[in-house]
Amino acid sequence: MSDDRNTAASGPSQRNVEIGLAILIGIFGLTIIGGAIKAGIGWGFDGPQAGFFPFYVGLLVVVASAVTLYQELTATGSKKIFADWGQLKQVLSVAIPTLVYIIMIAFLGIYVSSVALIAYFMLVISSFSYLRTALIAILVPLLTFIVFEKWFLVALPKGPLERMLGY
Amino acid sequence: MIKPKCNSLFVAAAALGFALGGTAAHAQWEPQRPVEIIVPAGTGGGADQMARAIQGIVAKHNLMKQPLVVINKAGGAGGEGFLDVKNSNGNPHKIIITLSNLFTTPLATDIPFNWKDLTPVAMLALDEFVLWVNADKPYKTVKEFLDAAKKGGFKMAGTGSRQEDQIITVAIEKAAGVKFTYIPYRGGGEVAVQLVGNHADATVNNPIEAVAHWRGGKLRPLCVFDGKPLAYNDKVAGDLAWSSIPTCKSQGLDVEYLMLRGFFMPAGVTPDQVKFYVDLFQKVRATPEWKDLMNNGAFNQTFMTGKEYADWVAKEHDRHLNLMKDAGFLAKK
Amino acid sequence: MEEIGNLFHGFATVLAFRDMNIFGYTMSIPFNVILMVIGIVLGIIIGILPGLGGANGVAILLPLTFSMQPTSAIILLSCIYWGALFGGAITSILFNIPGEPWSVATTFDGYPMAQQGRAGEALTAAFTSSFVGALFAVILITLIAPLVAGFALQFGAAEKFAVYFLAFASFVGLSKEPPFKTLAAMMIGFALATIGNDQITGQLRLTYGTTELIAGFDFLIAVIGLFGIGEILLTMEEGLSFKGREAKMNLSIVLQTWKKLAKYWWLSLRSCIIGCWMGITPAGATPASFMSYGIAKRISKNGKNFGNGEIEGVVAPETAAHAAGTSALLPMLALGVPGSPTAAVLLGGLLIWNLQPGPMLFVENKEFVWGLIASMYLGNVVGLIIVLTCVPFLAAILRIPFGIIAPIILMFCSVGAYTVNNSFFDVIMMFVFGILGYVLKKCNYPLAPLVLAMVLGDRAEEAFRQALISSNGSLGTFFSNGLVSSIMTLGLIALFWSVISAGIARIRGTNAATAA
Repeated sequence: MSDDRNTAASGPSQRNVEIGLAILIGIFGLTIIGGAIKAGIGWGFDGPQAGFFPFYVGLLVVVASAVTLYQELTATGSKKIFADWGQLKQVLSVAIPTLVYIIMIAFLGIYVSSVALIAYFMLVISSFSYLRTALIAILVPLLTFIVFEKWFLVALPKGPLERMLGY
Repeated sequence: MIKPKCNSLFVAAAALGFALGGTAAHAQWEPQRPVEIIVPAGTGGGADQMARAIQGIVAKHNLMKQPLVVINKAGGAGGEGFLDVKNSNGNPHKIIITLSNLFTTPLATDIPFNWKDLTPVAMLALDEFVLWVNADKPYKTVKEFLDAAKKGGFKMAGTGSRQEDQIITVAIEKAAGVKFTYIPYRGGGEVAVQLVGNHADATVNNPIEAVAHWRGGKLRPLCVFDGKPLAYNDKVAGDLAWSSIPTCKSQGLDVEYLMLRGFFMPAGVTPDQVKFYVDLFQKVRATPEWKDLMNNGAFNQTFMTGKEYADWVAKEHDRHLNLMKDAGFLAKK
Repeated sequence: MEEIGNLFHGFATVLAFRDMNIFGYTMSIPFNVILMVIGIVLGIIIGILPGLGGANGVAILLPLTFSMQPTSAIILLSCIYWGALFGGAITSILFNIPGEPWSVATTFDGYPMAQQGRAGEALTAAFTSSFVGALFAVILITLIAPLVAGFALQFGAAEKFAVYFLAFASFVGLSKEPPFKTLAAMMIGFALATIGNDQITGQLRLTYGTTELIAGFDFLIAVIGLFGIGEILLTMEEGLSFKGREAKMNLSIVLQTWKKLAKYWWLSLRSCIIGCWMGITPAGATPASFMSYGIAKRISKNGKNFGNGEIEGVVAPETAAHAAGTSALLPMLALGVPGSPTAAVLLGGLLIWNLQPGPMLFVENKEFVWGLIASMYLGNVVGLIIVLTCVPFLAAILRIPFGIIAPIILMFCSVGAYTVNNSFFDVIMMFVFGILGYVLKKCNYPLAPLVLAMVLGDRAEEAFRQALISSNGSLGTFFSNGLVSSIMTLGLIALFWSVISAGIARIRGTNAATAA
């Protein structure tokens, strides 16, 4: 945990992130309340209807986020930052490729995408040699393929390459 | 096409002979990849058990070159499984085993699905329903049970909500002029245990779900919801066989209900592909393991394919529509 | 005692040598013991790889077992089950990714221990606790099987709700985080659990007209995202490597840990009892692990340090989870109700071998039942030996550079998320949960109540509503008999424990102040 970070480096303030998150959670709560009302929130003769629980759960989400928001807005003095820009860049350097990887799975299947993901990490984030990268990036997905598709007969998402090879 | 490497007359002749001899076999389609059996219900239920039994039988007797893989998609009362098959238009490597939720789920919810989105393959069996009570209770016949139930407050435990068990419960209420409190549970096994533990007064469990407790002397069958008594004469519990259970109609309770255990494929598959699976199921039905399974569950072994099956499904869909409309189970639009 | 005699007969069945024709030579080999080792190794692999559950392994091997005798077949299959139980703790401790629901509580202290370079200690503690829990449950099954089956029958919907309530109450109110953030996290968990099909009315709710949401959110998706992906993002922020690379790599760590564990016999016993109770009712291994962790945290004098790598925080959930996982097989055999998906597939197997689970199984298929029970004893011993030998190798995984292990973890997270429902939508949701996990953790929202609410939420709601339907809407049903009232009272005490103890402390405090 990194709550005590009080460095002078620049970055988004903890307060702003907290406020944003509380608002987001509040919106989530309202969405749940909306859905619950549609499902019926009454108490029939045989106990609660489908939306009864979600309604009060949603209400509590809204209350909790409102209190948190109020606390953040009234609190003063803290200049704590959420994370400095350098750290956020590091986080994004993993988050964005992961997102790209997940989108790739839809088109190329999980095995081919995994080759690319491992290669990216080994070459760009850490700097391994091309030979070691190629070896691991190809062997691990291949092994996974054998274990899942051949041994355990678990079908994972596949793409054009696997189809070409007859799977 | 495989090209002969050597052009000698002998090889050509042999190839020709092979091709001619193999015509019949060649015309027949065969799966090229592992075939998925989608089960629109959780693990351990009747449909799941049957799918896994078929998987085992096919593997043991080597009935197919490619393996069968069972995949459970139980979400949304099975809606998830149906939508998956609906969205796999033309995929011959996917089949789905169905139960009554083929009809009830789209009717009770607004999931955009209808059985016509699928290609019927074959009906393998029909599952029976039996009226069970706790063996400690005094009532031994349907009449005694219904007389007691008329005093009110009887609890009926069943699998799922707005599905077959509840439909039968509503039908009994209508036919006999009684009122039950229906309590939905997740699976047939759980339902049977609730009855054994006296947390409910009756169930309409399938034979296979309750047989163990019948044999253990904990439950008593009162009648079977079929037009004729069950066809199994082997002694099951003491001196009683499945065939000893009277039909509900003969006991003055005019309710009949049988549940489909059949297979469908996605829309857009070729007749050849359907034929492969029909043949496969014929072979499965001929094995001793299948006969054991039928015996254990006291299934009604009606087998149907093609138009006959499609007509049956269409008729059954209309029947469910009416039953559910009467019971007020249709989704609010 | 007849049971003991039966058990020894069972041991004889399992250990029996059989003449086999191997490569043309007739050899006498302990066939069942070999099956046991194969089953356990396979089970461990399944336990480690997210995306493969014990149910997969059992289902895939089921066809292979048709040519065997039922006793041999069930030994092979149940050993996969044991192996998977052991294996589930490994990824929780090493990477903060619980492969199975009941390993979630193990991450709370297991992962911090691994980060401090004590992965070997954490793994040894987890494996040993699993063994102790399972052994306790098997002894229970051996001695009082019929009695226990009767106890399970007492549990109707109201009693089940009371058990869920107790599990929940003993866990909440523990976190150091701000109370309204804890409340928000917990309620988000409950809200996510209610999405999809409503079991009681058969209606869809909170799906907002989409088809993706009809299956709801499986909590594994949330856990893989919140814990697994979230952790990788946090690691990136703090610099490039997993900590704990200086992990010790020899077997002496096992003996050192055992010395420490001996001190915690009371904790183990308590966790065993909680586990068996939860397994038999059958509420399952997941509530058992949370409940045991929560109670241990309240009672232990190191309670304040829980969550920072306290060995008791690994012992409590692991012992309870495995006691529950093992005793859950009893309702399956005696009543035909599977306590877990894996047990459900085993149940399917029994039917194919023409074995009818239920009260008559113990009478009609004695050899089979006692062979199975004997294999539980032996399987756990064999399993413990195998996993403990692996401890140094497993701890060494942490030495693999981040650049290699991180993408492989991401890949297996995606595989795991996909296989839960075979749905691509779930993989996307896993990523969303990952980002959410990172932000929530940085803003001091506790994740454990969120996950617990997701696991228990829909089950608890279902039991609550079932109970109300059968009591015609009267809340009195939750205090209608001795059993349900006492569980509910325990739950209420647990829920208000912090208020009660704070109250006591305040009274004492004021007294002290007045005195001064």
